[in-house]
Amino acid sequence: MEIFGRPLPALASQIVLGLVNGSFYAMLSLGLAIIFGTLNIVNFAHGAFYMVGAFGAFFALSDLGLNYWVALVAVPLAVGAIGVVVERGLLKQLRGLDPLYGLLLTFGLSLVLEGILRDFYGSSGRSYPRPPALNGAWNLGFMALPVSRAWVIGVSLAVCLATWFVIERTRLGAYLRAATENPSLTQAFGVNVPLLVTLTFGFGVALAALAGVLAASAVQITPLMGSNIIIVVFAVVVIGGMGSILGAIVTGLGLGIVEGLTRVYYPEASATVVFVIMAIVLLVRPAGLFGKA
Amino acid sequence: MTARIVAFAAVVALGIAAPFLGLYPVLLMKLLCFALFACAFNLLIGFVGLLSFGHAMFFGSAAYAAGYGMKVWGLTPELGLLFGTAVAAALGLVVGLLAIRRQGIYFAMITMALAQMVYFVALQAPFTGGEDGLQGVPRGALLGVLPLQSDLTLYYLILGIVVAAWLLIARIVHSPFGQILKAIRENEPRTISLGYDTDRFKLLAFVLSAALAGLAGALKALVLGFATLSDVYWGTSGSVILMSLVGGIGTLSGPVVGAFVITGLENVLADRVGSWVTVVLGVIFVLSVLLFRQGLVGTLRHFLPGASRRRTGAPA
Repeated sequence: MEIFGRPLPALASQIVLGLVNGSFYAMLSLGLAIIFGTLNIVNFAHGAFYMVGAFGAFFALSDLGLNYWVALVAVPLAVGAIGVVVERGLLKQLRGLDPLYGLLLTFGLSLVLEGILRDFYGSSGRSYPRPPALNGAWNLGFMALPVSRAWVIGVSLAVCLATWFVIERTRLGAYLRAATENPSLTQAFGVNVPLLVTLTFGFGVALAALAGVLAASAVQITPLMGSNIIIVVFAVVVIGGMGSILGAIVTGLGLGIVEGLTRVYYPEASATVVFVIMAIVLLVRPAGLFGKA
Repeated sequence: MTARIVAFAAVVALGIAAPFLGLYPVLLMKLLCFALFACAFNLLIGFVGLLSFGHAMFFGSAAYAAGYGMKVWGLTPELGLLFGTAVAAALGLVVGLLAIRRQGIYFAMITMALAQMVYFVALQAPFTGGEDGLQGVPRGALLGVLPLQSDLTLYYLILGIVVAAWLLIARIVHSPFGQILKAIRENEPRTISLGYDTDRFKLLAFVLSAALAGLAGALKALVLGFATLSDVYWGTSGSVILMSLVGGIGTLSGPVVGAFVITGLENVLADRVGSWVTVVLGVIFVLSVLLFRQGLVGTLRHFLPGASRRRTGAPA
């Protein structure tokens, strides 16, 4: 069977690959949106933390002998702890200043992280051996779905939806939303807002690191992988708008699929299609698909 | 006012004497190109309050356009520079129209994303030379009569162009148009309520800044004889921000000082610490944002008489 002149299995496998990339976009833009909501900072270093997560998984395996499943939990926790230190030590000083300063500071931070890892691992990077449990593929009849890809998509969907649930449907999430809306009033009601802000940043960073661990077995790990993806994620955020959590998830996955389809029908444009869509959205609906004007 | 003119004359005199003080003319020319690039960037962040995180796209596309024009079409240097500047201005018009539809932090993200798109175009397009870049751009002869092969001749041409462009920026900033830009920086809704179509002013400022950044890139292609992917890379957009930040955002001379400091530092460090240059620049970035937001020139002003009169600029 063919669809617009392309065999279905090839098309389906590119869509799955697009969903894998889309999962990373979704997890990263979700973290960016939560951090922007509570700290009023666009965290450029989000990409760097994603990259640190991927190298963290590599380091855990090669130097500490910790396998993939341990790294999946330990690395996000460790990188999240770094995030907590960064928030308490650096970002706190910027409270009340123009959010542009936060962008500049985190940009500098990502230069530091990138430079350090480039010194240790070189520009070409490393590849992470796929854990044996994720080898093989499921036969779906019309295509063979590699277990490793289904795993990445499944974990990221589960984590994204859990995050949405906690923020929109639990008491903790209600505190967080209140602190976003009006920090001083929330504090007056006895909620420890500074702690909440710090933990939110730590959580967003841990989410980026988890995406990095998932990416480690899917792509080549290089020091520049973070900056390259964060710029695409910025475009995703401009397209979706940072106001809505579900919006960030849907936009991330959707753009991943679009990228996958572009790779099938017009491969030359696959690197730029997200930016083109961003330009079109800016013309048609400047506030973003899920944004409020 | 007279003190400023004396200072300006002293700096220009220093510029004229510099090649005889044992400084390598090609390095000086590179410093001048980045100084102009930083001034062009600062026109936006310092005087309109718009943070462009993608100015390398203007710098780089003009470098490619000027280089291609001079190498393939055999344009004379002045036509090559004009062509590069025009390409950057046209790109600035398109990008500006898109980016000013959103404000603040989104503006920064949009410019960065569009710059990355330009980077991918430069990577894939047939006329840019891909990973190798555009090599072997001839210097040619100015107006077809004055050969620019001598570094010293070219240096004085570059010095003249950069000083003229700096004076143009100073003129723009102090003109009624510049006052409206500052009003937009301070309070855009109020400027709108006074009857100004702020989007048009922002767009014009954006195109001017893009064109001047393009002139800087075209000059760089003429001086070094090549244009490469690093000219359009986000790292270059980052360095020009750092130059303005270190020198002093919203001051006229700050970006010049910052460009000299950062480019000089990169040159000195590249031989000694290798890949740690990025780390050092990152640390300077973080420290400048935390402790030193007014930059070298902005801080210096605080200690000079009459400081209270002048406002030290900050991005709005």
